[in-house]
Amino acid sequence: MSEVAVIGAVKRYGQVVALGGVDLTFADGEFFGLLGPSGSGKTTLLRAIAGFIDMDAGEIRVDGTDIARIPVHKRNIGMVFQNYALFPHLSVAENIAFGLDVRNVPKGEIRARVGESLDLVRLSGLEGRRPRQLSGGQQQRVALARALVTRPQVLLLDEPLSALDKHLRQEMQVELRRIQRQIGITTIFVTHDQEEALTLSDRVAIFNQGRVVQAGAPREVYERPVNRFAAGFLGEANFLQGKVVEVAGAAARVELASGGQILVPATGLSVGAPVLVALRPEKISIDPAPADAAVAPNRILGKVSAAIFSGSSLTYRVAAGDQTVIVFEQNKSRAPLAEGSAVVLDWPVADNVVVAP
Amino acid sequence: MTPTTRTRWAILGLTGPAYLWLAGTIFLPLTAMLVLSFLDKSPLVPQPASFTLANYQAYFSKSFYWPLTRWSIELGLWVTLFCFLIGYPAAFALAKRVKGRWREAIFLLIVLPFWSNALVRVFSWTMVLRSNGIVDVAVQSVFPGAPTIDLLFSYPAVIIGLVHSYLPYMILTCYIALQAIDDSLIEAGRSLGANRFTTFYRVILPLSLPGIVSGAALIFVPVIGSFMEPRILGGTKGATLGMNIEEQFTVTANWPLGAALSFILLAIVLVIFGILYPVLRRQGGGA
Repeated sequence: MSEVAVIGAVKRYGQVVALGGVDLTFADGEFFGLLGPSGSGKTTLLRAIAGFIDMDAGEIRVDGTDIARIPVHKRNIGMVFQNYALFPHLSVAENIAFGLDVRNVPKGEIRARVGESLDLVRLSGLEGRRPRQLSGGQQQRVALARALVTRPQVLLLDEPLSALDKHLRQEMQVELRRIQRQIGITTIFVTHDQEEALTLSDRVAIFNQGRVVQAGAPREVYERPVNRFAAGFLGEANFLQGKVVEVAGAAARVELASGGQILVPATGLSVGAPVLVALRPEKISIDPAPADAAVAPNRILGKVSAAIFSGSSLTYRVAAGDQTVIVFEQNKSRAPLAEGSAVVLDWPVADNVVVAP
Repeated sequence: MTPTTRTRWAILGLTGPAYLWLAGTIFLPLTAMLVLSFLDKSPLVPQPASFTLANYQAYFSKSFYWPLTRWSIELGLWVTLFCFLIGYPAAFALAKRVKGRWREAIFLLIVLPFWSNALVRVFSWTMVLRSNGIVDVAVQSVFPGAPTIDLLFSYPAVIIGLVHSYLPYMILTCYIALQAIDDSLIEAGRSLGANRFTTFYRVILPLSLPGIVSGAALIFVPVIGSFMEPRILGGTKGATLGMNIEEQFTVTANWPLGAALSFILLAIVLVIFGILYPVLRRQGGGA
């Protein structure tokens, strides 16, 4: 299929910078998630690739050809809209055939390709229905079939699953992934649901204020966030602030502002440097503190200030000095720790991720 | 009381006044006119009247009614067409291009003519259209020596006056229909490879058809019965069936003939809509 490269994309609305110089490359056949809070520029970028927005500067190259100045209808893209945007006056088959019809594809071929597309999204037999006679999940499938039947070079999805309920959404995630794999189309999708982005994407990019904060494989971005925003936006994170007091080999000892010491990977750190450490709540093990509990690096004593039960897991808020540490624990056989009980928290050195503020 | 009987009473109580009102204002007068159309004398005459079909026969036997009818229908078609040609683009611009306060301001300008008396509006057109009127003077000042433009008492004058009177109906109904079309449908059309024209023709036009149809009905029906505008702006030219009906009531005092002609006009309208209805329903069925 096609490789898409966005180079130096800039878009301003008056004083507001929607895209502040975005560079991203979407590899051939890749499923790429654009993630970020609302107004971060992710949708603007998607719409610029589709051609609905004229960028102030920058290029969009599809297989090396800049399409930034080509009108929407001449770009070979498939787009699925948030509300599906199915034509209410046309049947399912006519909706899917629309893109072929306007390209003057012969009638016989249209019928064959519409049939294939309906098979692909598993909707055969519903050709004659009107969109309003379909469920949300079925409408979603029609929208997908309509976008794919023209064999576009790139598939763009604008929050495609946000209108579905949770159960259906998970089902459609699997479907979307299957269909995308089957035809191997380069797919770019916008979502504000971080779990969805991590589940579906080969790579994700996190947007903030019109810029890409971090791009990479979901696991890499999750485990090695580059700054406070990336760590906080994707999943939950505890932020520990402190100063480097000693660098010894691969580890640096950090004195925390809230008391206690932790060891962090020493890469790039020198004594006296202020550091911000991101620590994922599920990396921390929590246990009742023994009577003779001693503080050691990566070992903090605290008191449970809140224990929240949510079925498969528990969330603890632990007060340690001025710092509140959030801890996730799987719901194993042990009874939940009571609020107010003294606990000891510890975790591996490698899970302390030094991030930019 | 069970909930169903209560619901029934509630429906009756809520819709009853409206039905009573409709019965009183539409059904009763129409019935009275229908009876009147079969009488051989006007109720103003003291002698007792008897029933006859002569008034209906008069329409078919006298040759001058047919040209009047044809011109009335033609006038309806022309006015509806021009209202569509002017009103639809205006509605489109309002619904899809103009935003915020400008939209409100333009709406006000569209509705403003409604606030003035219809008779005054039509008479003001005579000043615009007559020779040495506003149009004539304007053209003469730009092109000295151009032939005098005197549109008053002509077919175009009648059409211009009626289009002006009825244009807001088309703009408003089309605006409502166009406003309801989600912009993402237009974007979807474009993303599927349709250029602006094709997207308009395949997506926007069919989805706004119900608005066009209701606008056309709101204009066509009163225009083919119109008598004031044709009389003032058309003079002796362009007499319509509506003018003739009005004369039967106000000049010659032949009410039964006027009533019969009114019902013939009503029948013509119903036949036209009866022919068009299946076509329109199929076209606009999806919206």
